Amino acid sequence: MFGRLTIEAFKHDATQSMAVLSMLFGGVALISFITYLKRWKWLWNEWLTTVDPKRIGIMYIVVVLMMFLKGFGDAMMMRLQQAFSVGDSQGFLSASHFQEVFSAHGTTMIFFVAMGAVFGLMNLIIPLQIGARDVAFPFLNALSFWLFASGAALTLVSLAVGHFANAGWLSYAPLSSIEYNPGEGIDYWIWIVQIAGIGTTLGGINFLVTILKMRCPGMTFMRMPIFVWSCLCANVLIILAFPILTVTLFMLALDRTLGMHFFTVAGGGNYMMYTNLIWAWGHPEVYILILPIFGVFSEVVPTFSEKRLFGYASMVWALIFITVISFVVWLHHFFTMGASPYVNAIFGILTMIVAIPTGVKIFNWLFTKFRGKVHFTSPMLWFFAFLVNFTVAGMTGILLSAPPVDFQVHNSLFLIAHFHGMVIGGFLFGFFAAFTYWFPKFTGFMLDEKLNRYAFWFWSGGFLLAFMPLYMLGFMGATRRLDHYEASTGWHPLFILVAVGAVILFCGANIQFFGLFWTIYKRKQNWDHTGGDPWNGRTLEWSIPSPPPVYNFATIPTVYDRDPLWDIKHGKTAPPKKEYEDIYMPINTPIGMYIGGLSLIFGFGMVWYIWWLVILSFIAILICAIIRLSSKDEHELITAQQVKEIEDEHLRRMKSHD
Amino acid sequence: MKIKKNPVLSMLFFSGLFLLIILIMQPLNIWQFGEKIVVLFPKGMIALEQRNLLFILQALMLIIIIPVYILTFVFSWIYRADNPKGKYDPDLVDNTVAECVWWGLPLILVIIASVLTWVKTHELDPYKSIESENKEIKIQVVALQWKWLFIYPEEKIATIDFIQIPENTPVQFELTADAPMNSFWIPALGGQIYAMPAMTTFLNLIANEKGDFRGSSAHISGEGFSRMNFVTRASTKEDYDKWVSSVKQSGSELNLERYNELAKPALGDKPLFFQLTDETLFDDIVNKFMHPKP
Repeated sequence: MFGRLTIEAFKHDATQSMAVLSMLFGGVALISFITYLKRWKWLWNEWLTTVDPKRIGIMYIVVVLMMFLKGFGDAMMMRLQQAFSVGDSQGFLSASHFQEVFSAHGTTMIFFVAMGAVFGLMNLIIPLQIGARDVAFPFLNALSFWLFASGAALTLVSLAVGHFANAGWLSYAPLSSIEYNPGEGIDYWIWIVQIAGIGTTLGGINFLVTILKMRCPGMTFMRMPIFVWSCLCANVLIILAFPILTVTLFMLALDRTLGMHFFTVAGGGNYMMYTNLIWAWGHPEVYILILPIFGVFSEVVPTFSEKRLFGYASMVWALIFITVISFVVWLHHFFTMGASPYVNAIFGILTMIVAIPTGVKIFNWLFTKFRGKVHFTSPMLWFFAFLVNFTVAGMTGILLSAPPVDFQVHNSLFLIAHFHGMVIGGFLFGFFAAFTYWFPKFTGFMLDEKLNRYAFWFWSGGFLLAFMPLYMLGFMGATRRLDHYEASTGWHPLFILVAVGAVILFCGANIQFFGLFWTIYKRKQNWDHTGGDPWNGRTLEWSIPSPPPVYNFATIPTVYDRDPLWDIKHGKTAPPKKEYEDIYMPINTPIGMYIGGLSLIFGFGMVWYIWWLVILSFIAILICAIIRLSSKDEHELITAQQVKEIEDEHLRRMKSHD
Repeated sequence: MKIKKNPVLSMLFFSGLFLLIILIMQPLNIWQFGEKIVVLFPKGMIALEQRNLLFILQALMLIIIIPVYILTFVFSWIYRADNPKGKYDPDLVDNTVAECVWWGLPLILVIIASVLTWVKTHELDPYKSIESENKEIKIQVVALQWKWLFIYPEEKIATIDFIQIPENTPVQFELTADAPMNSFWIPALGGQIYAMPAMTTFLNLIANEKGDFRGSSAHISGEGFSRMNFVTRASTKEDYDKWVSSVKQSGSELNLERYNELAKPALGDKPLFFQLTDETLFDDIVNKFMHPKP
């Protein structure tokens, strides 16, 4: 009846029980809070069933913030364990629990924080920057979000029911094979990543088509904002890379559930192929994360330098260059697997080439400041933190790309320091910059600048303390994923330093969460008095009210050059005339959410071998899809009169704040 | 949005402080931990070469990174919004010469680094035997769950979690696993290579000094992997010979039966020593997962 799900799956050790209890408590508190506010109907109508990319983008960010807390908790547990578990002391986590924790940390942070943040930003910003009212496939967009959310939910379920994977965030075969890992953990990982990954592929298709087909009149490719360019490149990478992941995971699932031999040791399988395939996806993946952040800084730096971006064409070609080259470097993740020096050297050199376009981008940002007026607002501060840490991580990346050096530092904490420099120093600081920069656009008020600055100093200082010693630990021979080490290694002082750094980072993150709630609470004091353009922006999103109305643009703009708003402000083009027209917008539908919920049940069934549940939920998913495909009119009309009223209302509200 | 205090000054102050901390931290680290930083103070020729390549690449990179750091702060300082002396030229968005410089400069550095990488990757190929006047010794390595089995096929001895080698003598490791993928790493002597089931890989190392060096599995292979450490003892040739003969006399026998006992998943608590009676043991382990011959 319940497959291999038994009462054993609900028994946990103390730390995990605490996590489960706090999760349940949080859930109950949230539900009662919404009930107390009588907001269920509002939540359903305005959010859960929405197909508006702005709303979906905000929901992405909400899930991201929740998963970020979870991933951060995992990280704290790891670092505290490593600070205590030396010599005779065993720390507070068992080896198998520790391995679940770091696997969950990687999976959560990459798939549900970083990817979610990228899609959140794309949903929020792309339609506004290209002058569109919607994305190309609004329903598909909602579906991508709900598949993503369902993967995130399955991650939380894995915390409460049974165990998570214990083979690292990429579950290398043959450790992930049924032979060495018979439990449900790897299956959780497979289906979490599979469900979220399919959502990502759909989202990638949606945004590629959106950028290609929905640009406003006059916006040629070489007039698109760099953020849109970076997303275009990232979406090309998603469409090319994510199917590799989907297929690889299917093969691993077939190995595990149906006893096939793609990646097994015995029976003619080749587990090295798993490593190969997973990195053929995995390396483009890290560029999917970082490219949009390059785009973010290409918007932030010019805006706060009161200049246009230096070397636009260079920036575009650098992005394209990185996109192409990111597909031919994946082998540098396994130089140590014993390939010939020819293979290793060629992939090492290809990897080094990535440094050229990245360097070009950094120089262009620097020269955007040259003869500008640099404002030290918090997005700009995050740019400094990004630049300092990202270049250090880039430099160590080049060291890692030389095979002989890689042999000495691969799988060590040096590697961990390198890629956390990339994802925290690069991606996360960029996301913080984007969050602060675009926050007023979607709320109408500004994030608390003072708290943001405190957070900035905590993050910069904490980052250096938490990750710089890891380079040294790597040189001392400390490998990654250690739940215990001998006292004679001499690593203990540095591990304590690292744990202190992690605590400082945790304070920084808490200041940000507090700052977010504080800003919302004190929103009346933080109103954006310009009504939509607080930073003196250059691109189309700042030309419309904040928060944008459901149709974004009352009049679809026409663009004559890059930075259209800059041109209007400098009198190079005339401001657009206010002419209102009838607008058709897609209507809400709960089907995306239904399919997401059913995928969660489907995934759960697959993990625990509850086959009837798998079959039922799969049929239900098909039925939902058929219902959606056979519905006729999916649009509602907003008349020109209503548009005028909404726009006038915005003007009135703006005046009342002054 | 206005910020009242002078943020630039405090920014520079804090950044300076951070950079100072980092700069001081590295010499402090080296002074404090010294010889324990094995990658930077290696004990073997291979590790030394690898470290030297690391230093050269690092120096090449700093040629670009130091100017970038300086320019970041100089530009931000000169062109800060409240500096009346800073020139303002919002239409300066293109300069072909400048852009050629920063496409060209990294390109030149990457070409230099590439040539270096190509040459060094071939020179330091882990499969290549090391030239020396002393006769190379062979050690077969089997990664188990979660211990290392070392077989000396010529000396006909075997050990668990302990290697002794003579100094200044090339050692060829032939690796396999009867476990998930592991990575065999002795940082004091040189880089790692994966030990994988049903196949063999090779690693050539040499110790140029006497001493006990820590080795470990650098790649996760299951629950006990963080305790998969072993000691590599480099000694004089005489001590090594003595050790071999003592193991031969005192050690218990290692045959397939005893091996199957060892291969069961368990932590390796302390080193064990054996005489090797089953000479085809290593090949049997490699071929274990193949289908039996018809």
